[in-house]
Amino acid sequence: MARKSSATAKIVTTGFAWAMALLIFFPILWIVILSFKSEGDAIATPLTMLSAPWTTATYTEVLNRSDYFGFFWNSVILAVGSTLMALLIAIPAAWAMAFQPGPRTKDLLMWMLSTKMMPAVGVMVPMYLLFRDLGLLDTRIGLLIVLTLVNLPIVVWMLYTYFKEIPTEILEASRMDGASLRSEILYVLTPMAVPGIASTLLLNIILAWNEAFWTLRLTTVDAAPLTAFIASYSSPEGLFYAKLSAASTMAIAPIVILGWFSQKQLVRGLTFGAVK
Amino acid sequence: MTNTLRALLGASALCTLTVAAWAEPTTITVATVNNGDMIRMQGLMGEFNALHPDITVEWVTLEENVLRERVTTDIATKGGQFDVLTIGTYEVPIWGNQGWLVSLNDLPPEWDKADLLPAIAGGLTVNGELYAAPFYGESSMVMYRTDLMEKAGLTMPAAPTWADIRTAAEAMTDKDAGIYGICLRGKAGWGENMAFLTAMSNSFGAKWFDADWKPQFDQQPWRDTLTFYLDLMNNFGPPGASNNGFNENLSLFQQGKCGMWIDATVAASFVTGADSTVADSVGFALAPDNGLGKRGNWLWAWSLAIPAGSDSVDAAKTFVAWATSKEYTALVASKEGWANVPPGTRTSLYTNPEYQSVPFAQMTLDSINAADPTAPTVDPVPYTGVQFVAIPEFQGLGTAVGQQFSAVLAGSSTLDDALAAAQTLVTDEMTKAGYIK
Repeated sequence: MARKSSATAKIVTTGFAWAMALLIFFPILWIVILSFKSEGDAIATPLTMLSAPWTTATYTEVLNRSDYFGFFWNSVILAVGSTLMALLIAIPAAWAMAFQPGPRTKDLLMWMLSTKMMPAVGVMVPMYLLFRDLGLLDTRIGLLIVLTLVNLPIVVWMLYTYFKEIPTEILEASRMDGASLRSEILYVLTPMAVPGIASTLLLNIILAWNEAFWTLRLTTVDAAPLTAFIASYSSPEGLFYAKLSAASTMAIAPIVILGWFSQKQLVRGLTFGAVK
Repeated sequence: MTNTLRALLGASALCTLTVAAWAEPTTITVATVNNGDMIRMQGLMGEFNALHPDITVEWVTLEENVLRERVTTDIATKGGQFDVLTIGTYEVPIWGNQGWLVSLNDLPPEWDKADLLPAIAGGLTVNGELYAAPFYGESSMVMYRTDLMEKAGLTMPAAPTWADIRTAAEAMTDKDAGIYGICLRGKAGWGENMAFLTAMSNSFGAKWFDADWKPQFDQQPWRDTLTFYLDLMNNFGPPGASNNGFNENLSLFQQGKCGMWIDATVAASFVTGADSTVADSVGFALAPDNGLGKRGNWLWAWSLAIPAGSDSVDAAKTFVAWATSKEYTALVASKEGWANVPPGTRTSLYTNPEYQSVPFAQMTLDSINAADPTAPTVDPVPYTGVQFVAIPEFQGLGTAVGQQFSAVLAGSSTLDDALAAAQTLVTDEMTKAGYIK
């Protein structure tokens, strides 16, 4: 009886999990379906659209109209570059906060995180003026700096949380064995925190890839990433849903594939230390 | 001999370098919206490059609201990121007054400034200086289903009244068959429902401000406007209309679900195009009036302007002159047919016999001519603009008031509350901005 009840519960929970997953994935699925339809079929009622002929014409048109690979390359450089720069700063910072805390460490962490609470638009004009005066408008280096700084609080906070899970005694033991600070961080702390660092890296790449406020406002041509590519297909006057969907699919595909292949690492890192 | 050869080689190399330096093309960056006409122009850049190999054009295409915010920041801070801007009739008078735009009065004579439609040119001119060249102009008009009107035993007048519109909407509505008599904008936004409602209110004798900049939402004409609009939409409009903007209504009309649609004249080519299921049964009429001397149609022109911060003004002018010329119109016609040329900017287009055969050509011209941005309302007002008020504060005000009116259509607010809220919030903002002493 108990076994039967358990089996029923398993079926229900599995069904619920699938339903939730489908619900969350549905918008992406819908975009992908739309992208393979003509503009006329894309605006037709849903059932008509599903039975309408499939076509890759929208992709051909998008590729002909836009330099997709130019946008893509900028996205890769900005996402990976800003993540590596953020890790370079955040690992020592998180180490100091986790293992050498001062009386104000918690306040410092909260202050860092509080910078994320301010709406970006509040500093847009000062940032624009700074970029103009420093000649950084529409440059990759300018955006790398911005994206690094924008995501730095989250990176520091995540790494701090992971580092706190590592027993201090192990680091002390390495010190007693004569390890320098550099060796301690590089050869003892970092290997133990690989799952945490990996998930932070992946999450930060995703955040930087999807960042659409600064990347749209500080670029024009040379440094414009895939967010600008998508924005060029959005229009309040004219139906371009199929082309917009094709552009969106092309923009999200690389990051979805990356997430798919690294999901084990991502989940492991995100749940690291969640259950003691 | 060797020395002579060396000297000759050196001279040749120097010449080559000099020529290369002279031939270095000027690059201009054009910021533009994503619409069919602009995309078409991007596809025709080969023709421009053949005429002007010394100019390279780079495009930044953005959604309208993002573009507006982006270019406003750049021009206000003199960021110099763009050499040509695609802007509307709302921005031109404000930016022209600020000295942010380069005057286009000196475009070459063959560009033929006198050929521009007076209503359009008037909206782009400040103190005698033309600050933007119109790429395409539009007004609004009634697009209706001729088959449904015939079935209902009605005939749409060429210049209908609002009463005619209500009668037709009632007769064409067949909710069981999924056909709604009228589709109008309901989505909140200064360029969405407020573009329609402000233009509509002009025909009801309403206005945003009196001569002392006092808001007028507490006056009867605004109440009459909204009462009529809500009656139409609640009884004969599609469900969820408070979420419908241009694209949503276009989609509904193309699928045969609207008896009438009052919106931008540029939609005429879409509803009669290949993607429309009702392409063969669409008629056109002027936007309605109430016999007060003003019709409920707007006036808009997407235009090309050059920011004062551009360092390639000459190349930018060359491009602007080409893109807005009669020759460009002829080029589009030769490649894509007359129905696809950018409409509403030049008188010569409407005297062209080939263009006159396009079904919506004359109605588009008549609609544009029926709008006067310098005298948009029945009573005199201290502002210009038909569906907007050409002051910098209007974007925020229009959207805030639009949210109030959209909420009434959605059923989450009442007409009284929305009008009172609109009056209060506009009064507060105009007082803060110093218009009301």
